[in-house]
Amino acid sequence: MIRIHGLQFGYPGGDFRLTVPAFSVDAGEKVAVIGPSGSGKTTLLNLIAGILTPRQGAIRVDGVGVSELADAERRSFRITSIGFVFQDFELLDYLNVLDNILHPYRITAALTLSREVRTRAGRLAEQMGIGDKLKRGAEDLSQGEKQRTAICRALLAEPKLILADEATGNLDPENKSRILDLLFETVTDQKATLLAVTHDHELLPRFDRTVDFQGFREAPTT
Amino acid sequence: MIETLYVAWRYVTYNKIKTVTLVACVTLIGVLPLALQLFLNESARQLLSRAESTPLVMGAKGSSLDLAMNTLYFDDEVPELISMAAAEEITQSDLAAPIPVYARFQARGFPIVGTSFDYFDVRGLEIEQGRSLALLGECVLGATVAERLGLKPGDSLVSSPETVFDIAGIYPLKMKVVGVLQRAYTSDDLAVFVDLKSAWVIQGLGHGHEDLARAKDPSVILDRSDRNVIANAKLVQYTEITESNLDDFHFHGDPEAYPVSAVIVIPHDVKSGTILRGRYVEQDTSYQMITPKEVIDGLLANIFRIKNVLDAVIFIVGLATVLAITLVFTLSLRLRQREIHTIFKLGCSRLTMVRLLGTEILIILLTSAALCGALVVVVNYYSHDLVRVLFIR
Repeated sequence: MIRIHGLQFGYPGGDFRLTVPAFSVDAGEKVAVIGPSGSGKTTLLNLIAGILTPRQGAIRVDGVGVSELADAERRSFRITSIGFVFQDFELLDYLNVLDNILHPYRITAALTLSREVRTRAGRLAEQMGIGDKLKRGAEDLSQGEKQRTAICRALLAEPKLILADEATGNLDPENKSRILDLLFETVTDQKATLLAVTHDHELLPRFDRTVDFQGFREAPTT
Repeated sequence: MIETLYVAWRYVTYNKIKTVTLVACVTLIGVLPLALQLFLNESARQLLSRAESTPLVMGAKGSSLDLAMNTLYFDDEVPELISMAAAEEITQSDLAAPIPVYARFQARGFPIVGTSFDYFDVRGLEIEQGRSLALLGECVLGATVAERLGLKPGDSLVSSPETVFDIAGIYPLKMKVVGVLQRAYTSDDLAVFVDLKSAWVIQGLGHGHEDLARAKDPSVILDRSDRNVIANAKLVQYTEITESNLDDFHFHGDPEAYPVSAVIVIPHDVKSGTILRGRYVEQDTSYQMITPKEVIDGLLANIFRIKNVLDAVIFIVGLATVLAITLVFTLSLRLRQREIHTIFKLGCSRLTMVRLLGTEILIILLTSAALCGALVVVVNYYSHDLVRVLFIR
C-alpha cells in the first residue's frame, strides 16, 4: 500500500531534516509508528498524505506516485484514497457533528455529497456511538466524541489508507480502548490499511507491527 | 456552489456578534446617504409644492421664513401679528383676493387655523364627513387630526389654554366638530379649521356671557349707569358656544383691528401680483409681501448646502468604516489560520477557500444590501410624515 524510498524532507528555513531510506506498509496492515516528539512522525504522515512534498525520494501509495502528482491531482488523490485523523481532531466549531463529518464533501469537487453519503455518515456515526449527537455543535462535544467525529470524517469516503496521528492521545483509558476498537473494526470492515502514530506503548500489541521512528528501525510486535 | 454557500452561512450565523456588527456597519454606510437623499427630496417636494400653490403672503415685517412657515405649514413660530386692516387693504386695491389666516392657537397639539371659506377653495379642500363651517364655535378637522384624536362630526374639541397659570389669560373654548376634510397629504391634514371669529373668541376678543341687563343674580353687577353695565369677576363667561347661548356672544372694538397672523394674497393676474409686491417693497410700510416659493427656495438652498457637508462627513465616516471592516476581515483571517489550514488539509483547493471566504463576505454584503433596501423602503414610506413631523409639522 505504501512504498517510500530515499525520502528527504526539510522545512524551509528550519533545521529539521527527515530522512527515510526505505519504508513500506502492505495493504490491510495495521502499523503503529512510535518515536520521540519532534522526530518527524507527523511530518511523515503529512508527506504520505501529500500535504507536504518531499525534497527527494519517492512516495507511492496504492501504486500512485504521490510526490510526483501535480497539486490538484495530489489533493484529489488524498481526498478519495486517504483518510486522515488529525492529532487535535481539527473539527470546525461552527459546524455540527454531521456537518463536520460531511465537510470534505462540501469543500472538494472530487467528492459528491449524495443522499447515500448522508446515510452512510449517519450509519458511521451510529457505529461510533455518536448517532444521537449529529445535530450538536462541535464545541459542545467531549474529547471522546470529538475524536469519534474526526474518525467518522476520515472514514466516510471509505479510503484505502487511514493515517491516524495520535488518534487516542487526548482520551482517557476507557475511551481510548473503545475508540481504538471502533477504528480497528471499521478499518477491517473497509479492508483498509492503517498507519497510526502513537505514544501509547500499551496499544502497540494491538497493531500488526510497530515502527520505531528513532533511527527508523522496525520493532518486533510483542 | 450551494455547499459553499451552506458552509459560509454556517460560519456567519455561528459568529453572530461579528456578523451583526459588520452587517450593521455596512447597512449604515449604505442607508445613511440614501435615506438622507430621500428625506431631502421629499422635504423639497413638500415644501415647494405648497409654496408654489401660494402666490403671495402678506404679513408683518420681520422673518420672511417664519411668516412662510406659519402661513403655509402652521408652524409653532407665530410671526408678529397684523390686523384685519391688511386684508381690507388688499381688497381695496382691487388687484387680488385676500384670505386671512390666523394660525396661533392649538388644540391637543394640533394648530387651530382661523380663516375664511376662500381658504378651502384655494387649497382644494373637500369635506369628507359632515359639513363645512357655518356657526361660531364650530370646527372642521384635517384628516390626520380626526384620525389621531378619533373625532368625528358631532364630537367636540377643546382648544389648549396658552398660559395655564394665567387666570386672566386665554380660556379654552369647547368647539363643536361639524366636519372632517378629505385627506390632502399636506399640512391641512394636521390642522383644526375654524372661522376667524371663532379664533378671536379663543383669544378672548369675542366672548359670551349672561345678558347683564337681565342678570338674575344682582351680585354680578359692579356698576350700572344709563348707558353701561359693568360686571365684576363673578360673571361667568361661556366656554362653549351652543345654539342657546350663540346670541350672547359678541365682539368689542373695531373688527378691522382684530389680529391675523398673515394674509394669503391671490392676485387676479401676474401683473397685479407684481404691482402688489412693488407696493410693499417700500421701507415705510409695516407689512411685507413675500413670494413663498422664493423663501422656500432659499431655505432649500441652505438645507442642500448643509447636505453637502453631511455628504462629505458620511463619505469620511464610510471610508473609515470600510477600512475598519477590512481590518476586521484581515485580523479575522489571521485568527482563522488554523481553521483555514485544517480545511486545506481536508482537501480544499485555494480557489474553493477563496470562494468560501468570498461567500461569507457576500452574505454579509447581501444581508446589508437587503436591510439597506428595506430601510430605504421604510424611510420612503414614512418620509412624507417624517418630513412634516421634523421639518414642517
